[in-house]
Amino acid sequence: MLSRRIVPCLDVRDGQVVKGVRFRDHVVVGGIVDLALRYRDEGADELVFYGITASPEGRRVDRDWVERVARQIDIPFCVAGGIRSVDDAREVLHAGADKVSINSPALERPALIGEIADAFGVQCVVVGVDSLRDEDGQWRVRQYTGDPSKTRALRKRTLDWLVEAQSLGAGEIVLNCMGTDGVRRGYDIEQLRAARALCRVPLVASGGAGTAAHFTEVFEQADVDAALAASVFHSGEIAIPALKRELRAQGIEVRV
Amino acid sequence: MKRVVLVDAGGTNIGSVRYALQRLGTDAELTADAARIRSASHVILPGVGAAAPGMRRLRDAGLIDVLRQLSQPVLGVCLGMQLLCDYSDEGDTECLGVIPATVHRFEDRPGLRVPHMGWNHIRRDSAHALTEGLGDDDTAYFVHSYAVPVGAYTLASTEHGGLFSAVIAADNFMGMQFHPERSAGVGARLLRNFLSL
Repeated sequence: MLSRRIVPCLDVRDGQVVKGVRFRDHVVVGGIVDLALRYRDEGADELVFYGITASPEGRRVDRDWVERVARQIDIPFCVAGGIRSVDDAREVLHAGADKVSINSPALERPALIGEIADAFGVQCVVVGVDSLRDEDGQWRVRQYTGDPSKTRALRKRTLDWLVEAQSLGAGEIVLNCMGTDGVRRGYDIEQLRAARALCRVPLVASGGAGTAAHFTEVFEQADVDAALAASVFHSGEIAIPALKRELRAQGIEVRV
Repeated sequence: MKRVVLVDAGGTNIGSVRYALQRLGTDAELTADAARIRSASHVILPGVGAAAPGMRRLRDAGLIDVLRQLSQPVLGVCLGMQLLCDYSDEGDTECLGVIPATVHRFEDRPGLRVPHMGWNHIRRDSAHALTEGLGDDDTAYFVHSYAVPVGAYTLASTEHGGLFSAVIAADNFMGMQFHPERSAGVGARLLRNFLSL
């Protein structure tokens, strides 16, 4: 049986891993390779590296650290941020990443999803979606969230975008629910359930993990394939081995 | 003397496979040169992407017959494994035909997620040196939309909406559908098994 995945997310800025609450006020957590190895040893199923400043400033991901990570770790990893073309994707994939995740550039030009899927296969195209509920009750997509001063609220409804992204060739969706992100009160179950109903590809929950029970909840109630978190892992508040024991005790299939 | 080559046909996971071998202390040569491939002790055919462009790259490199005629241990990984089979549904592609199997897309049905992506159990179906030491609780990392059904060539199988082949072999040709280079200790063990053949 396919295991549910636990995915630490490492926000990378200037060659270091940083963290922030609600995408603001970043502080340095540690070195990229050191943290990657720590999470690998603790039993993380996959890692996501997010070049948080890459997209708004039009910068590309630094190939050098991608290659250093690829040499050292033996679990899959995905690189997000700054991938704006097939050439950018090729560079990151050839450096050893297993997948690339595209977010704002896919909103600028949705055809990019299909171009990368055609070149390298749908399995390495992850579409990241930052979503927030508007006052009219609709979830809508946010763009350029890596920099609060550049963040834009789009008219595009999140659920419509999920369907469109899949039809263009997305092999996986990471849904980052910005309303719950950083406050550790649990994943946005309602939104993730709505997304799940429309996702035929794997769906990764992001935003809101604070306790082990939140992971149980999101797997049981929203049926997501993976749960992503950053700060609770970086701070050591949730240790992955204990989390996996807890999930297994709750009858959720995880890799131990 | 062991000399491992990685067939360089443009797959994006070549770097990762090479690094995995380095972690095991083996420096593999990346090559598309027929003579270098023929004289290797072990040949690995990596591959990510679609079957038709994968076969086209091998054809353009003049490697179709070279690969078919190899008699040393050959390991195909992911798409590389599928290319060792007779035929793939993906792009209606005739493959190398050294393992008598065909490749089909996962069924399109509600609740079955495609691509099959993540860690899944691999169950050993028949004894073979390649899968030696594989335990009941062992999992490997998969990411694919096409799969080989279970058959006489199956050494290990995995469940995703039904059983499919996780590890296959016919004589000196072997394949792994998952990514051993990304499957932590289990992957390292299987790669080490291959290198000791």
